[in-house]
Amino acid sequence: MSNIVVLVKQVPDTNAKIVVSGDRVDLSAVKKVMSPYDEFAVETALKHREANGGEVTALTLGGAGADKVLKDAKAIGVDHIVRIDTEGEHDSNALQSALASVLTEIGAEVVYCGKSAADTGAGSTGPGIAERLGWASVSNVISVAFENGLTVVAPSEGGNARISVPLPAVVSCDKGDMKVRKPNVKGIMQAKKAKVEVKTVAMQGSTVSVVAHSMPPAKPAGKSYEGGAAAAEVARLLREEANVI
Amino acid sequence: MTDTIVIAEIAKGTIHATTSELVTAAAAMGSAPIVIVPCTDASVADAAASIQGASKVIAAKSDAFAHYDAAGWASALDAVAPAGTILTAATPQSKDLAARLAARRNLSVVQDVVAINGNQLTSPVYSGKAMQTVALSGPAVISVRANVFDAAPSGGATEVAVVDTTGNMATAVQEFMARASQRLDVAEANIIISGGRGMGSPDNFVHLEAIADTIGAAVGASRAAVDTWEAIPHSMQVGQTGKTVNPNLYIAVGISGAIQHLAGMRSSKYIVAINKDADAPIFQHADYGIVGTWEDALPVLQSTLSSMMA
Repeated sequence: MSNIVVLVKQVPDTNAKIVVSGDRVDLSAVKKVMSPYDEFAVETALKHREANGGEVTALTLGGAGADKVLKDAKAIGVDHIVRIDTEGEHDSNALQSALASVLTEIGAEVVYCGKSAADTGAGSTGPGIAERLGWASVSNVISVAFENGLTVVAPSEGGNARISVPLPAVVSCDKGDMKVRKPNVKGIMQAKKAKVEVKTVAMQGSTVSVVAHSMPPAKPAGKSYEGGAAAAEVARLLREEANVI
Repeated sequence: MTDTIVIAEIAKGTIHATTSELVTAAAAMGSAPIVIVPCTDASVADAAASIQGASKVIAAKSDAFAHYDAAGWASALDAVAPAGTILTAATPQSKDLAARLAARRNLSVVQDVVAINGNQLTSPVYSGKAMQTVALSGPAVISVRANVFDAAPSGGATEVAVVDTTGNMATAVQEFMARASQRLDVAEANIIISGGRGMGSPDNFVHLEAIADTIGAAVGASRAAVDTWEAIPHSMQVGQTGKTVNPNLYIAVGISGAIQHLAGMRSSKYIVAINKDADAPIFQHADYGIVGTWEDALPVLQSTLSSMMA
């Protein structure tokens, strides 16, 4: 029986256009979804429950608007949904400290998360909370077997490595060849009725603060050619102009 | 101004060229960095001695550095590194290390930095659809993207101090499974040639592989190709739900340039697009765009590159 936690994060739909208004991104018109890699983490957490028994808690951090991502996780099949109630901008140190304290409070024995969130792309949360908890961690994991603690496969120089991971541990999940289950009608009905457990944590101060968002610098128009024969000219320019071959 | 510390990037047992870029990035933060080289054999660190602009090179020697374990590496490096802001490369492994090192010191981490202006750091967010600039009001751990900062010149002669350290390994490698092909992974390569659904069939990827082998490139694929053809594994996928890459040269063949593909490769230094559809969005991001079929373009590209490399 394991106390399994999966971290989920609400992010803008990855197909959405991102607009900067003033000096901040304006996400008011953007649909919010579960960060894609978190879906693999949820799937892995449910597989862990199926293999070893136990219960799965989905944990997120944010305002009441973030409850939707928890309901989505509930609809897929997690047992409990918990939100750390916080608003505004916090740096990674503050966020990880809050998550680590709640993970301790709820007695987590294994934590799954996506390899990175689609908004920041940082991938810092998994290894960061593992360090704070004094746990093992493996990132970018492409498959998990639930025996002898965990046995995971993750990229390593020149290929992949099969790694023994003692519990407790944090595993950040990549897609691998995983197929994720979708919510069924019963799950969606249960999720509607489910209550989010809301926790408050005294947030640490931040030493990293956002100054501004901006659009990526526009790339100057490139050279364009008609017809495949131009590949010879492009190859020449790659060597003589760009110096990359 | 506190110390800045560069953790050397190690690839195939030697110091990777990105390390010289990290020294330039550290200098942009205001001080000549201490370069720490994680190694099992201190002679590996000798190559760092010639990087100009380092104030000191420390060979951090430990058996812990034989295989990557996040907990072990973070503890072994934490024992050696003085207080200050730490810079690492932004490879998947080094980003993981950066996050662990930061947490160990109760610091924040800023990943994928592409610009430094005093205490202000800029990174791509929303998969490169926007940029975020943050200000540091204390030490932090930051990872820096490759191919953004100029490499610090070589020719220096910094003294190398050897320091023994130990790490608390939390995981154990059971076995390594080498890739069947000798070709690089897209996450490791400095040149990538990728195919999309426009290649028509996974069998046609042999043409991309031939070019890749001619110029030492990795072969990538779009999500459309990976989702459509079982023979194209997810490990080749470049884009939002695949790998984010930052090579010197990215050649996109038969890839339209969906937003989620652009997200994974738009920061490549040079982009070549080959597509028969002149309106494909990929052309807006290409330094060199060829409107034509891959059947016409790839044989010409192959033969030209072959004679260049000969």
